[in-house]
Amino acid sequence: MSETQLSTENADLHEGILAGDHSALARAITNIENRTPGSRALLSALYEHTGSATVLGVTGSPGAGKSTLVDKLVRQYRNNGETVGVIAVDPSSPYTGGSVLGDRIRMNSTAGDMDVFVRSMSARGRLGGLSMATADAVKALDAFGKDRIIVETVGAGQNEVDIVETAETVVVVVQPGSGDDVQLLKAGILEIGDIFVVNKADMDEAAGTVAELEAMVHMDNSPTAGLSTGHHTGDASGSAKSEKPSDDEGGWTPPVIQTVGTTGVGVDELRAAVDAHREHLIDSGEREARRQTRAETEIRRLLRSDLATLAERAAERRGGIDALAAAVVRGERDPYNVVDELADPLKNAVSERLETDDWTVDGE
Amino acid sequence: MSADQTQRATRCLVAKVGLDGHDRGAHVIARAFRDAGFEVIYSGLHRAPDEIVQAAVQEDVDVLGISILSGAHNTLVPKVIEGLQSYDAFEDTLIVVGGIIPDEDTAELKELGVAEVFGPGTSISETVEFVREHAGPE
Repeated sequence: MSETQLSTENADLHEGILAGDHSALARAITNIENRTPGSRALLSALYEHTGSATVLGVTGSPGAGKSTLVDKLVRQYRNNGETVGVIAVDPSSPYTGGSVLGDRIRMNSTAGDMDVFVRSMSARGRLGGLSMATADAVKALDAFGKDRIIVETVGAGQNEVDIVETAETVVVVVQPGSGDDVQLLKAGILEIGDIFVVNKADMDEAAGTVAELEAMVHMDNSPTAGLSTGHHTGDASGSAKSEKPSDDEGGWTPPVIQTVGTTGVGVDELRAAVDAHREHLIDSGEREARRQTRAETEIRRLLRSDLATLAERAAERRGGIDALAAAVVRGERDPYNVVDELADPLKNAVSERLETDDWTVDGE
Repeated sequence: MSADQTQRATRCLVAKVGLDGHDRGAHVIARAFRDAGFEVIYSGLHRAPDEIVQAAVQEDVDVLGISILSGAHNTLVPKVIEGLQSYDAFEDTLIVVGGIIPDEDTAELKELGVAEVFGPGTSISETVEFVREHAGPE
């Protein structure tokens, strides 16, 4: 019981969430998103109640059919008596910050069922803040007691990869005819997928896309077994070339599944693959490893965001970034000495405080 | 939590309730709200009042804009409001209605708790201004 003092509002939210109050959950997520003061204390209090949900990430290009597929998957989970939380992330305008969050429209087969909690989020143009908001909202849903949590996001790009990192299993949805194998080679698509789905499999180009994906997946996995240059110590136990576990035993080769989201074809198979992957994670011990990575990422992320806030404040105290930038434009200053001036007091404060300890800033 | 920096945005649900397939207006509003910097969730067509309530509660919106051109506002809007009340979400949601609403009904809707009714010919900026003024993360 790490009861950091919660404000009365947060204490109410805390109680409400644990009691299954939907409005409390919704408000807590708003606070998390807005980073309202005190929301971190709330998360800290909720943390001990997390860890029981299965978190699935679904990503892919716009129009690939993610939302429709998620909708069908959710319905299956519901039929199975499981409660579900969905976080659907959509981009926001880089100019106005506004957004139209349209994923909810596709999630209609379970509309009206309060045991499916769908929350739309926009990127809001915040630096790294989105992945933090998503990860934190997942925790709120987890503490609320959802059995399954699905995070859906438009694919490609660091933000999305970060978001997907909060998931145990990542499904990459591809639509037929989305380019040749060179497109699939582009970074970030193949590396993050634990399961690949070719949606709209009733389209003509589907077979080709499946074949290309399978070829890529196997290329990524098998060569180490056969091709190893010299030392292969056993038949299938050749070590993986990357961190990817690719020995045949206990390894995971991402399956390529064909679905038709609109009719639900292949969704059974997808669900089975998700469960199989979870089992694999548990059996291989990778689940623990991923947890460790996730915790590390999280600590770093929080730390960075706090420090960034401090830096922003320091900048404000010196007239704000825009004034400083204007000085750079006028040629009176350069960006490097501006940053030195801003960061030095912070560095000094830190090293003074920690002088007694073994402490170095910036490797100095 | 001194290091937390608050980042707020006005969240709106643009909703079509009941058997009414006219969504051009809703699309225009959704887009205008987006351009005003709001986060807009669009419900899609033919939603039951319950579904609108579910969406408004889960998304924790500041503004619920209901577009009705079918004439069924006197039946549908009260149901939505009751639903919101049952989730304790009525007080902090600004409800606006757009569409073809006769004057005498407008008064009634306002009595129920609708903040404003926007009829045909309302300029978009007027609607956006109204929302800016009355809604939002206080």
